[in-house]
Amino acid sequence: MGELSVRRVRFAQRGGDRRAWGARPPRRGLLGRFFRDRTAVAGLFIVAAFALVAIAAPLVAPRDPTEVDATAILASPGAEHWLGTDNLGRDVLSRLIHGARWTLGTAFLAAAAIVAIGVAIGLVAGYFGGLIDDVLMRVVDVLLAFPSLVLALAIVGMLGPSLRNVMLGMVAVWWVDYARVIRGLTMSMRQREFVTSAHCVGAPAPHIILRHVLPNVIPSVIVLATLELGALMLAISGLSFLGLGAQPPTPEWGTMLNDGRLFFQRAPRLMLYPGLAITLVVLGFNLLGDGLRDVLDPHLRR
Amino acid sequence: MTRYLLRRLCYLVPVWLGISFVAFGLANLTPGDPARLMLQRDLGRQPTAEEVRQTRDELRLDAPFAVRYARWLGGAVTGDLGTSYRTGEPVARALLERFPRTLQIAALGLAGAILVALPLGMMAAVWRNSPVDHLSRVVALFSAAMPSYWVAYLLILAFAVRLQVLPVAGQGTWRHLVLPSLTLGLASTATLMRLTRSEMLNVLGQDFIRTGRAKGLSPRAVNLRHALRNALIPVTTVVGLRFAGLLGGAVIVETIFAWPGIGKYVLDSIFDRDYPVIQGFVVFMGSVFLLINLIVDVSYGLLDPRIRLAR
Repeated sequence: MGELSVRRVRFAQRGGDRRAWGARPPRRGLLGRFFRDRTAVAGLFIVAAFALVAIAAPLVAPRDPTEVDATAILASPGAEHWLGTDNLGRDVLSRLIHGARWTLGTAFLAAAAIVAIGVAIGLVAGYFGGLIDDVLMRVVDVLLAFPSLVLALAIVGMLGPSLRNVMLGMVAVWWVDYARVIRGLTMSMRQREFVTSAHCVGAPAPHIILRHVLPNVIPSVIVLATLELGALMLAISGLSFLGLGAQPPTPEWGTMLNDGRLFFQRAPRLMLYPGLAITLVVLGFNLLGDGLRDVLDPHLRR
Repeated sequence: MTRYLLRRLCYLVPVWLGISFVAFGLANLTPGDPARLMLQRDLGRQPTAEEVRQTRDELRLDAPFAVRYARWLGGAVTGDLGTSYRTGEPVARALLERFPRTLQIAALGLAGAILVALPLGMMAAVWRNSPVDHLSRVVALFSAAMPSYWVAYLLILAFAVRLQVLPVAGQGTWRHLVLPSLTLGLASTATLMRLTRSEMLNVLGQDFIRTGRAKGLSPRAVNLRHALRNALIPVTTVVGLRFAGLLGGAVIVETIFAWPGIGKYVLDSIFDRDYPVIQGFVVFMGSVFLLINLIVDVSYGLLDPRIRLAR
């Protein structure tokens, strides 16, 4: 389909542009190739910076993110509060810093579950084929028949609003992409000599899947996960923004945007900063994912 | 063409059954007893055990899963999606009543996106590595990363608060349509623009383009009649997918702009734990998505005879 050609053009074009530079050695290490892609390095830098902030949040944040200060309500940015305070007098910078923990953390956690489920199902369906594959792929078809937000929204709606339920909803819907991609890769891997020879010497299926197939699909998984982390983060904080995910006073970025709505005309910065933070991190993940794909797995879709 | 259409239609049946199964199964995720919840809402007090038992009987909640599913499916097929706990209104009617409003902003947003994305994507491809191309790449990167709910507020800030040319929220005049549609359309603009560009580049590299140029066709004829038409085939698919995505993603935009569409309705229902509405929403949106996919498939067949005749 179209995706194939998009990818081909994009790759050829990047490679082509580079070859035009001339005297570059044709083959370099993976790292070398990655670090020559300036936009990918920028992405890595953004992601690493936010991840560091998230990990070191209690050390970096000037104040407690939930500390209420009645004397400084909606204070403007200044020496005391670098990014000002919100409607309850809470320090916006501290909330943003701790928010990195919540927003990045939930996205990582959800992504880990999604990858585990999606990869396991993709490997099983792709390796065994037959009835198992048919059944699993019909499930995938049905889940793909919904716009992803609709089903996640409905799951959260049924379970009740909470960050945990938002993550559950995301996991229930998003593993499908991985399952499809990994299934395809596994099926093509099955035809390769090293898999058939392992099969011929009598290696049991679990051994072949874990030792021979899995290591070969991991690069694609890394690329796909990086590319989708940004979208996942947008979706989770979107649901939090609607009031379905993290509940106040949690300093999750989407929730902060939601909290800032009422005061948005008086203090637009309450909405500007968290939105900017989300945009930057998602941009970082997208750039990093594009770069990783070009290096690790130029054949992956999207 | 008829055979192609029939084959597509047959394929829809099992998928639709799957959708209905998911929608019905979702209701079993709800914490607590639906009968008790309903009574609490209606009576405004804790119901007695006897009342709960009676309501469970009336709703036939104690029947086996398969029986309840079959009964519910029978209703869904005939357009009966149950009644809202909150208003007692039939869910199907409530959804149908609000759907056109969601359709309105989604269609407008997408139309805007196409109008901007196709020419820009084409220019970016024809003048590759020109300033237009670089600019379109940067714009696409950022608009893919910006949360729509944030963009919505930036737009409100600019057009409704500072410039005061458009209303903040609500409905009534065409002015009320602008910001919600714009917010919805922006993200699709970037995707469609990049896709048009890469598809154009792909087509421009093919032999028949070289032939066209060699026989002396004007660049305009080559680009528009031969390249763009072929590039549009994959773009059509994505337009269809984006449209379905816009309908599903309208929840956020409708909430921000107080637009009384289907998304806002379902969000209100979620907070009111109005489960039949959520269930109905899932079936409804799933069916709409299937329909859109069917239309895309058919138009695909019309645009590209190779697909229709395959197999």
